[in-house]
Amino acid sequence: MRYIPNSPGERAEMLQQLGAASIETLFESIPEDLRLREHLNVPAAMSEIELLKAFDEMGARNQAAGRVSFLGGGAYSHYVPTIVDHLISRSEFFTAYTPYQPEISQGTLQSIFEFQTLVCQLTGMDIANASMYDGSTAMAEAVLMAERVTKRSKVVASAAIHPHYLEVAQTYVQHAGIELQPSLYCGDTGATLPESLEAVDEQTAAVVVQSPNFFGCIEDLQALSEKAHAKGALLIVVVTEAMSLGLLRSPGACGADIVVAEGQSFGVPLSFGGPYVGLFAIREKYARQIPGRLVGEAYDKQGRRGFVLTLATREQHIRREKATSNICTNEGLIALASTIYLETMGRRGVQEAARQCAQKAHYAAREIAKVEGFSLPFSSPFFNEFVVRAPSAASPLLDKLAREKGIDGGIALSRFDSNRPNDFLVCVTETNTRAQIDALVAGLADLSKAIQ
Amino acid sequence: MNSTNITKVTTHISHNESLIFERSQPGRAGFMLPALDVDDIPLDEIIPAQFQREDDLAGMPEVTEVDVVRHFTRMSTWNYSIDLGMYPLGSCTMKYNSRLNEKVARIAGFANLHPLAAEGEAQGALQVVYELQQHLAEITGLPGISLQPAAGAHGEMTGVMIIRAFIDARDGREKSAQRRTMLIPDSAHGTNPASAHLSGFTVKTIRSTPEGLTDLEHLRELCAHGDVAGLMLTNPNTLGLFERNIQQICGIVHDAGGLVYMDGANMNALVGVARPGDMGVDVIHLNLHKTFSTPHGGGGPGSGPCCCTKELEPFLPVPRIVRTRSGSDGVDSPVFSLDSNYPQSIGRVKAFLGNYGMMLRALSYILTHGYDGLREATEAAVLNARYIAHGLLPDYEKPFAAPPMHEVVFTDKRQARKGVHTLDIAKRLIDYGFHPMTIYFPLIVSGAMLIEPTESVGRQELDQFIEAMRSIAREAIEDPELVLNAPHSTRIGRLDEAAAARKPVLRWKPVQTASAAD
Amino acid sequence: MANVPENLHYSKDHEWVRVEGDTAVVGITDHAQDQLGDVVYVELPKPNEEFAAHESFGSVESVKAVSEIFTPISGKVTEVNESLNDEPEKVNQDPYGEGWMIKIKMSSRGEVDSLLTAAEYEDFTKAESE
Repeated sequence: MRYIPNSPGERAEMLQQLGAASIETLFESIPEDLRLREHLNVPAAMSEIELLKAFDEMGARNQAAGRVSFLGGGAYSHYVPTIVDHLISRSEFFTAYTPYQPEISQGTLQSIFEFQTLVCQLTGMDIANASMYDGSTAMAEAVLMAERVTKRSKVVASAAIHPHYLEVAQTYVQHAGIELQPSLYCGDTGATLPESLEAVDEQTAAVVVQSPNFFGCIEDLQALSEKAHAKGALLIVVVTEAMSLGLLRSPGACGADIVVAEGQSFGVPLSFGGPYVGLFAIREKYARQIPGRLVGEAYDKQGRRGFVLTLATREQHIRREKATSNICTNEGLIALASTIYLETMGRRGVQEAARQCAQKAHYAAREIAKVEGFSLPFSSPFFNEFVVRAPSAASPLLDKLAREKGIDGGIALSRFDSNRPNDFLVCVTETNTRAQIDALVAGLADLSKAIQ
Repeated sequence: MNSTNITKVTTHISHNESLIFERSQPGRAGFMLPALDVDDIPLDEIIPAQFQREDDLAGMPEVTEVDVVRHFTRMSTWNYSIDLGMYPLGSCTMKYNSRLNEKVARIAGFANLHPLAAEGEAQGALQVVYELQQHLAEITGLPGISLQPAAGAHGEMTGVMIIRAFIDARDGREKSAQRRTMLIPDSAHGTNPASAHLSGFTVKTIRSTPEGLTDLEHLRELCAHGDVAGLMLTNPNTLGLFERNIQQICGIVHDAGGLVYMDGANMNALVGVARPGDMGVDVIHLNLHKTFSTPHGGGGPGSGPCCCTKELEPFLPVPRIVRTRSGSDGVDSPVFSLDSNYPQSIGRVKAFLGNYGMMLRALSYILTHGYDGLREATEAAVLNARYIAHGLLPDYEKPFAAPPMHEVVFTDKRQARKGVHTLDIAKRLIDYGFHPMTIYFPLIVSGAMLIEPTESVGRQELDQFIEAMRSIAREAIEDPELVLNAPHSTRIGRLDEAAAARKPVLRWKPVQTASAAD
Repeated sequence: MANVPENLHYSKDHEWVRVEGDTAVVGITDHAQDQLGDVVYVELPKPNEEFAAHESFGSVESVKAVSEIFTPISGKVTEVNESLNDEPEKVNQDPYGEGWMIKIKMSSRGEVDSLLTAAEYEDFTKAESE
């Protein structure tokens, strides 16, 4: 095996030095009847040439990866500057471990400190951690944290949150004594109405709301915050399209107590759903209840500034079953990619990308609404995603659009809600050109005519 | 000069690099986007002003691409990494991260694939998941599998929830409520009790014997109360010792009506040699970022597949990847699809399908090694650990006599007499050009130093490491101050972690705001 | 050797008690702070909370450890040392003085008599470390 430095000869010499008769004797502490007699039933070793060919072939069977795409729904196609992948591919970053030895991990530590700062700036919050697995698990952790902070056990979550996120939260809380109650969204606006939060009471730990929500609609966070706070509940805001933070009023400015987000939009490839990066930001007063790793500033004896993992007593390796979470890792390398992305794009680049997303999405929405039989069922303002109602079932229409026009036109909502057979979710980003949008519009018009 | 002669590293060029926020200059830009090619409508007309940002993203950096490249390249030189040398962190399996695996993960057909793409148009991606599942099931001897968990602790949570769901189904909710105890050895990783707690279990701790193995008597005693849902066991355990009574242990737990969960953190000692499924283990998580070489990335991403027995399969997270047409006739390709119709499932543990990019890398690792290479890696890893155990014996206290598997624990007992402790030895090792070993873990060994070389280290480097450790042992006697003040070769010295924790500064703030707050 | 003042009462959980009228002042011993290392955070109860003897009333954290703290005597908290929020290091610097933690209005004077004397506590810590 070419990754193993010691040659068979060297290994034999080492065995001799240990006084071991054979490699087999090294495994004598394993009872003999448990040791495999035959080799594993996995293929024989492949050369680099064979291996790349095999993966290239499998990759080629993912036709969707090469399509013009208007898919969103929690994972977004944005422009990624070339240097992002170049820099995260440096050995010093990608082959390093968790920075437990600060003297030889300052590169990782300082970049996490910058990441934490950027997340605070974007979300409008005081403290951010070094990241969570992804947006969905970050939301589940936020729910658990709200219970710890308030010592209340009911959580009201908007039904307009990404369905996967709601499912993950349900899994996480099923044994934690937390009752997750859905609150309805308005069928006309597509937004969670403050009046619909009837269930919020003195037992409610938190109200959870996504904005822009799963349908792309911008929620009135200020109003929802007031509703939650009136009963002493926290407001947890979820963001799946982090690019919206470049343009929309920050959740922090609207009164959120915990903000979680999927950071994939910032420099992370789609990669069929992961690895992504969960952002987690809070108000300062809850610092000791936050899950996950935190990096803080520290100084050595000579007064030189450095960075170090801090407030570790919250974590599982010290507090064990009383820890704020069982999480050990953060999404280090992905958080680094987001940091490099945000710094390269910078203040003006994030604003410009967000502005282009919004402008192009609104152009697409206007044009689609002009096509006969198509409409936009929700009236709320949106950022770069919106629901379209087709004149016929959306799923076969989108399949046909992909096959015949080579365009992935959106996500059929029937996949999540059988009451929405004709609706589909369209996402437009700065990477979509006007020509692509026009082709989508023309394709929809063309095919729906054919179906009728 | 003998190749094993150890020389200390010297400080090398180390650029000062401030925070990006301190480098920022208004008007600098590192991006260029195409001009907007649709009508530029005044923003207020499409998004009401009340929903727009008011702060103009103040404080976000404004720098050029050159600034960013230098910034991160400079900072990168402050990191130790596997590609630089031996990284003997016990329980972390810091093995070589192949560039080939990186290349595979970046193939456009995978990297650009949207997770909600139609199944029919993502068959290659689903095939990768399916094949990796097959191989991991074979390696563990446990046929049920989900690749959804994003990390080891996430896989643990999944596994423990499966145990809970199984017992709920087997005993009925009411009777099952009497079974809420999870047994965990005192040497376990902290994630074990934290994951058990998250699943609603009360943790009871099992003692280890003086030999460093699970205390069977104590286990029997704890199992006698009828409240045990399961045992969470790491094997080889965190002391690097194989639990040779594993079959008995599983028998005791099973007889008491409980299930056995194995923490797969130490699978690098077993792949191709022995299988947890054959030992009586019911459910296990693997760490793709340890055993299967996906990069640690400075703290993640990980991937923590959960494997289980046929009996537990209905409880795995959904969706599951199934093969609906085998393709074995050679005429048609196999067809894969997602199936969520498992009513007993614990539910979804992550959006989409898990850390897919890590699955590609792990499959690439398995196929690059093949069945013989996988076993060879295990053998080389154990041989290397044994070699270190042998080499350090003259100078360091080895608290357990049994020969170790893929990692070995020593202590600072002899050096502590001179006031030199594990932390000091670890810091001094940096001056010799090595990353320190895992320190103060497992918690049951005072002054523990847990050393895991992995298979990715050659004999010369092992010799250099041993020589460095022996040299530090001599220094501890002859010049303890030298060790106590280490490291001497790094950019910064030991940081005042107490001060950092008392008044945490967790983000950068503009100077004027900071002074106003003071 | 750790400082063990004569005039205080001690518990086997390494807390000390100073009686002031019907009030007990509680903190952790010099030995305890030494074992713990640099204290970075002290979590204390709110005034008016009531505790039974040997119940946990908070925790002390160092950089890499957390220890629960137990009240040796029962009663209602009348005052907590708020200054430890900003200067937890007082627990290290002056464990019997400025590093005090809570004041409790004792519900039973007799409980104090069951605690260790300075000499007994010294013997206890010696035995424990052997």
